[in-house]
Amino acid sequence: MLGKTAGGLFWMFRYLERSENTARLIDAGHRIALTKSSSGSNEWTSILATSGARTAFDAKYDAHHGPDVIDFLLRDRDNPSSVLSVITAARDNARMVRTALTREVWEAVNECYLVMKDLLARKIPDRDLPHVLGKIRQRSAFVRGALHGTMLRNDIYDFARIGTFIERADNTARILDVKYYVLLPSAHFVGSSLDNVQWETILRSVSAESAYRHTYGPDIGPSEIAEFLILDGRLPRSLAFCASKIGDNLGYLKQQYGQHLPCHDTAEAVCTRMRASTIQMVFDGGLHEFLQDFLRFNGMLGQQIEQDYRFYG
Amino acid sequence: MGEQYFFDEMMGRGDDGPRGPYQDFGAWFDAENPSRLRKKAREAEDFFRLTGITFNVYGREEANERLIPFDIVPRIISAREWAKLERGIEQRVRAINAFLHDIYHRQEIIRAGRVPADMIARNEAFLPKMIGVSPPGGVYTHIVGTDLVRTGEDEFYVLEDNARTPSGVSYMLENRETMLQMFPELFSANRVRPVSDYPQNLRRSLTDCIPPACTGRPVVGVLTPGIHNSAYYEHAFLADQMGGELVEGHDLRVVDGRVAMRTTRGYRPIDVLYRRVDDDFLDPLNFNPDSLLGVPGILDVYRAGGITIANAPGTGIADDKAIYSYMPEIVEFYTGEPAILKNVPTWRCNEADALAYVLDNLSELVVKEVHGSGGYGMLVGPAASKKDIADFRDKLIAKPDNYIAQPTLSLSTVPIFTKAGLAPRHVDLRPFVLVSPRKIHITPGGLTRVALKKGSLVVNSSQGGGTKDTWVLED
Repeated sequence: MLGKTAGGLFWMFRYLERSENTARLIDAGHRIALTKSSSGSNEWTSILATSGARTAFDAKYDAHHGPDVIDFLLRDRDNPSSVLSVITAARDNARMVRTALTREVWEAVNECYLVMKDLLARKIPDRDLPHVLGKIRQRSAFVRGALHGTMLRNDIYDFARIGTFIERADNTARILDVKYYVLLPSAHFVGSSLDNVQWETILRSVSAESAYRHTYGPDIGPSEIAEFLILDGRLPRSLAFCASKIGDNLGYLKQQYGQHLPCHDTAEAVCTRMRASTIQMVFDGGLHEFLQDFLRFNGMLGQQIEQDYRFYG
Repeated sequence: MGEQYFFDEMMGRGDDGPRGPYQDFGAWFDAENPSRLRKKAREAEDFFRLTGITFNVYGREEANERLIPFDIVPRIISAREWAKLERGIEQRVRAINAFLHDIYHRQEIIRAGRVPADMIARNEAFLPKMIGVSPPGGVYTHIVGTDLVRTGEDEFYVLEDNARTPSGVSYMLENRETMLQMFPELFSANRVRPVSDYPQNLRRSLTDCIPPACTGRPVVGVLTPGIHNSAYYEHAFLADQMGGELVEGHDLRVVDGRVAMRTTRGYRPIDVLYRRVDDDFLDPLNFNPDSLLGVPGILDVYRAGGITIANAPGTGIADDKAIYSYMPEIVEFYTGEPAILKNVPTWRCNEADALAYVLDNLSELVVKEVHGSGGYGMLVGPAASKKDIADFRDKLIAKPDNYIAQPTLSLSTVPIFTKAGLAPRHVDLRPFVLVSPRKIHITPGGLTRVALKKGSLVVNSSQGGGTKDTWVLED
């Protein structure tokens, strides 16, 4: 496979994953704004931080008002991570790697782009927001479904999956890191409604609110949330799950190509650390420090994969 | 100009009902409900949009991805008509390959005085670096798209021999796919010759010309200028359908005397490169030094037998519009027979008498740039305003070498489906020809382009033309 094609697949799926994650973030923020208008502006600040768009946003706006943030995250072409920007980028990458995709996958991503371009052509009124956010997640799910249902399990598939999980791991770690202080045991006031809302938001932004209840029961506790999102290998958006998937897919590449490369060692080190950790160890070493380490290694791993598999030269 | 007569391929001259090849279609159409057909026509558009067959129009930022309009009425050619076209095209393509070999070797046609030496030596499309080079398999033009127009029951003319990088074959294939999905019943009633094996035939005819350096299963690549090129969809489509790699210049470099592509496992050689970039951009070391689209040194690898480039560099000399006017002589010189397909009479504006005639008759002629394509930079006299003609006159006088002129042909019409029912529109035809050392293969049919505007003679998609599925019926 061409190095460029591997890179195109990796980024196509990173971007698709990002579109979905941004939609979830907006959904969670919007819900907080509906329930607690006083802390609304604060919440949008942390959402901008999570999506990495704060600097770009502040260059354009003076205050973090909900409607402006939503518009910036959904449709603004000046924001390279807006849903419209990343879906366009995903589709451009798909065009570039067209020969590596099945017709089903190509059509799903092309239609995703056509539908979104249409839906996001105008500012989204409040009442339409849930519908639009739902569509973004649905369209991204269609592409994933086509990928699972029609693609050969070979290097093409592996690069697509690796892109997905690098992005997802990055996203979950950022969500946790921006809010790490509400998860610290010292900040835990039982029954505080503010904390409850914050915890709920974290779960919602990784679509895990119902999974959490099935696993831990009706009461939400910060260290359980941290354990669930960081270490639980069953939750498809947890750091441990993403790390192990990246390890698997890199392992398949190693096998198929018969080549052991530096990225394999990094991925292995990340997985090992995840497996060896308990949530108590994470808190003892510092939650923020743990997440910062994770983000750094995850980013490094992405760059190594890029280099080892010659995406750019 | 008085009322001009146009031959309609469905209705012929009169009111005796549809001509032979269109009889079954005509009966089907009359029995159809127009509102169902309208719905189908809309479905076709959705289908094209979804599959992403778009066409980039240069110089338009906003709508830079556009669909080429598709018309649901097929263009139908009988077996007898096709047999004659096929013989004519094959003869012409053989002659073109023989001409190219001759021009880059002994130049006997010049010595024989049939083509003036100037026409070659002073031609931009002539590549001195190809002198004495024999391409693998002896094939220069692996892929040709011969543009034909019809003016009567039995009159066909060759308008252009596209011997460089003809495009449009993906539309031929997708148009047929679309028709099969929308109107399967039409195909059980009419015996239409299939076109779907084109990609396999393309691969076969390319790999019939592997370079001496190739060992093992040949690796085929399609070289594209990238996703912003107007025909990018087609490049990806063909690479995919052939099971080849779609590469850009920056994926390639010369490694150990071969042209190699950067894969996830290092550099791997390519044996046959179907390039969709012009000669000029192919090799910045040998041609245009500013090109970012090509591969530095590829021409040297080519000359040393390390890669096959299809079409061969330098083939443009054969489809140049000034050379075109010599095609009847060229065909006769190399095949020993008169040309089966007619040429359109052509005035070469670099000749003083011809230029004078053209300047006197601009309002009745079509004037084209010698190296132009895509309908850009041409004048259609009868359709042009006084000002257009005056402006064009200045350009022509300033650079007569750059132009040829032809009479306005009475292009045949085929109906399109409009709100008001069937309405005749002008068409041309581009059959696709594959050349290998074993044989010349012509896909039955080709791409029919249709001018959607009433009365318009310009069928180019960049100028608002559409396409039709093209049927060649079985005997």
